[in-house]
Amino acid sequence: MKLAYWMYAGPAHIGTLRIASSFKNVHAIMHAPLGDDYFNVMRSMLERERNFTPVTTSVVDRNVLARGSQEKVVDNITRKDAEEHPDLIVLTPTCTSSILQEDLQNFVERAQIESKGDVMLADVNHYRFNELQAADRTLNQIAQFYIEKARKRGELPTAKTEKPSVNIIGTSTMGFHNQHDCTELKRLMADLGIEVNVVIPEGSTVYDIQKMPRAWFNLVPYRELGLPLAEYLQEQFGTPFVDITPMGVVETARCIRKIQQILNEQGAAVNYEEFINEQTLHVSQAAWFSRSIDCQNLTGKKAVVFGDNTHAAAMTKILAREMGIHVVLAGTYCKYDADWFREQVSEYCDEVLISEDNGEIGDAIARLEPSAIFGTQMERHVGKRLDIPCGVIAAPIHIQNFPIGYKPFMGYEGTNQITDLIYNSFTLGMEDHLLEIFGGHDTKEGITKGISADSDLAWSKDGLAELNKIPGFVRGKVKRNTEKFARERQIEQITAEVLYAAKEAVGA
Amino acid sequence: MTLAETQPQALEFECETGNYHTFCPISCVAWLYQKIEDSFFLVIGTKTCGYFLQNAMGVMIFAEPRYAMAELEEGDISAQLNDYEELKRLCTQIKRDRNPSVIVWIGTCTTEIIKTDLEGLAPRLEAEIGIPIVVARANGLDYAFTQGEDTVLAAMAHRCPDKAPVAETEKEERNAISRLINFGRKKEDVAADESEYVKHPPLVLFGSLPDPVVTQLTMELKRQGIKVSGWLPAKRFTELPVLEEGYYVSGINPFLSRTATTLMRRRKCKLIGAPFPIGPDGTRAWIEKICSVFGIEPQGLDEREAQIWAGLEDYVKLIRGKSVFFMGDNLLEISLARFLVRCGMTVPEIGIPYMDKRYQAAELALLEKTCAEMGVPLPRIMEKPDNYNQLQRIYELKPDLVITGMAHANPLEARGINTKWSVEFTFAQIHGFTNARDVLELVTRPLRRNNSLKDLGWDKLVREEAKL
Repeated sequence: MKLAYWMYAGPAHIGTLRIASSFKNVHAIMHAPLGDDYFNVMRSMLERERNFTPVTTSVVDRNVLARGSQEKVVDNITRKDAEEHPDLIVLTPTCTSSILQEDLQNFVERAQIESKGDVMLADVNHYRFNELQAADRTLNQIAQFYIEKARKRGELPTAKTEKPSVNIIGTSTMGFHNQHDCTELKRLMADLGIEVNVVIPEGSTVYDIQKMPRAWFNLVPYRELGLPLAEYLQEQFGTPFVDITPMGVVETARCIRKIQQILNEQGAAVNYEEFINEQTLHVSQAAWFSRSIDCQNLTGKKAVVFGDNTHAAAMTKILAREMGIHVVLAGTYCKYDADWFREQVSEYCDEVLISEDNGEIGDAIARLEPSAIFGTQMERHVGKRLDIPCGVIAAPIHIQNFPIGYKPFMGYEGTNQITDLIYNSFTLGMEDHLLEIFGGHDTKEGITKGISADSDLAWSKDGLAELNKIPGFVRGKVKRNTEKFARERQIEQITAEVLYAAKEAVGA
Repeated sequence: MTLAETQPQALEFECETGNYHTFCPISCVAWLYQKIEDSFFLVIGTKTCGYFLQNAMGVMIFAEPRYAMAELEEGDISAQLNDYEELKRLCTQIKRDRNPSVIVWIGTCTTEIIKTDLEGLAPRLEAEIGIPIVVARANGLDYAFTQGEDTVLAAMAHRCPDKAPVAETEKEERNAISRLINFGRKKEDVAADESEYVKHPPLVLFGSLPDPVVTQLTMELKRQGIKVSGWLPAKRFTELPVLEEGYYVSGINPFLSRTATTLMRRRKCKLIGAPFPIGPDGTRAWIEKICSVFGIEPQGLDEREAQIWAGLEDYVKLIRGKSVFFMGDNLLEISLARFLVRCGMTVPEIGIPYMDKRYQAAELALLEKTCAEMGVPLPRIMEKPDNYNQLQRIYELKPDLVITGMAHANPLEARGINTKWSVEFTFAQIHGFTNARDVLELVTRPLRRNNSLKDLGWDKLVREEAKL
């Protein structure tokens, strides 16, 4: 057992469901007890999703446990197949139902007999893999299934597209700024004259998968999702892939140069140097910011970076290389891929931390006292307690990571967004510092906000005690309304009863 | 059976045993740890449980946490590790770091399936580390959402002292409510206060409510001369109410049937089965029922109720004649539906995860009576509904408002159907006369919002999909 207060990555079934519900016309059946189906809530609330999340729980309760769940699971799969005609139904257990040791593969085979669409069991060990690993596996499993299916039917394309083209692998629902990154990458590809063949899994159907071999190369922007699939496609069809995350001016250029090399090896004659130069020097504001006087003031400031592999590594490089900020610690919670992270960031930071324990990171931040943190919501919270500003750069996702406006982290617009994030994080810190020097411009807050300090009304002790139970942000309003109520009725002492009578009268 | 024939049409109960969504019962941790200030809640479960608390319940550990996960790992599941030793290690650490007055172990689906004997382990460990350990099995195999609180309170009922303390000092220590009401007064005044009460057997109320609501309901009964001897749960574990044989108890929430049973069978208390104090009508019926048990003639209740209704009129006129559909989530559905029918709404369907017809008998009777008096059809009560089927019924019935779990709210709104999150009624202060307006504040909000947007023509925000 592990005493846990916080998790950086979710359980395996969340990863599986993220992939399944990213595809169009794919439905997932969760074989799970009541309450394990909060994925639907997260997706609906966080992504502000308009459509019903295509995930149905086949509820496991005491009766199902006693009778065995095969019938119920099979019924639910065939029922969904008839109701919504999905191309594919993915069955997944959760941590809980996976220990029932049922032959779920057999359930799937039974259900397949009566279903028009395909039925598949997501093959993940729920105690060994987390959300990120499970997502990667499920994506790979689904893609391979449809490549094989097309191969058997002789439907695999034999030729590449006429013009250079790319598959973008790894954009998924509930990913950190994934939607905006995807839009930015599509724009970037358009600028480079590259057709986007398939974006997977978000927004594509399972039958788009068989078109993937037509692309000239695969782009895997996120370290956490899609690499095994890109490797599989390379092995099967010889399609090369680019796994350089285009985050920050330097890495975006490196990614584009790699694409250029790959295209030219396949007979294209592209030269992106001028494009890179123009974007870097004149379009993106990030490179200019690095040379500006604002950035000069950031020189040598200390920062701690923590997040998933993709974002933590990219941020570390941006801070150290492009801003001259001193990264005292770079860390990741992707323990399963720690070697890669170390190799990426070692030369850009003093210390590397690989941990899933938020306490350990919190302690490190307290010890290092950086001027700013770039981390997850957890580090933002740690920062609040220690009075250190924090920019959020990585999942676990939060409603704030689904802004209405356009905020990509990748590509050239991404470089602008990141620059803003960095600068704003530090300036908040600087502002605090200046306020301290000049004594601040806010007056100290009283118990209640009001112009006149004294009131002619007396509050009894129980009245005051009740007033103090009311949350601070409405207390002033309640106090004013109650006093108005008391004044109108010539009540001289406000007791708890008067307080509640006033609430009933005015609906305060 | 002439009696049955003369009765109006009876409530219809159905059970779809469908695939429905509610929150996991371990969510009760989110409000109980705040209510019981000296407690620590340890949820013994998997990553799935932990991620739920972190995400669905929001800020799991922000600020000083008084709840945590005992995350089961592969070694625990395959029984390679000793449960007792593992729990001892964790609880010792909790004692060292937080030193709570009680540790509440929340059992989950996983501890049920691997058959962890939490009830067997707790007394041993309690004796060894010297902190009371209360075990509640708030698992999703047996319970839904708010019933988690029921499992915790039922377990705590065993820990209430069974004798009223004799010493005066201790008495003050125990009775937090009377101390609050008598705050800062001299003893003579308190003695004088005693005369404000009618002599009646002790009454203990059960159900977790925010402190202001506890005060309000306590004062409401005091107006009738009824003294509340204590609340389960109290603000502190060390202040649990005394429960002697023959004490009267009454629940303030509809999802506490297990606690009620425990109090009756194990503590030999007498249950006052009343409608729940939600809405002015329910609050009045609740007070009346308690008064009648103690042989008290209620004073001024008519005026009090009328006065509250008068204050609600601006909201009531927004919903009068409109219909509301409950998809079913928190077991507050019957009480809310009854109040909304009294406000003039019609209710085609009440979905509910679990329907205890005995514990909710008085509430169901009041619902029937209310429908008859308001001249509206009786709702269909659908236990363990199937959400997919419900959506088809919603499309057909086109209700003016759907009270639903969070997973369905945005998609329904996008299809031009007004919704309110059921979970808000779980967390808002909705009990008693004073808070009746808050219920309607929630119910009318979507309608008021739409009134302000009505000229924009943005009713449906999904494309009509071509049917395959």
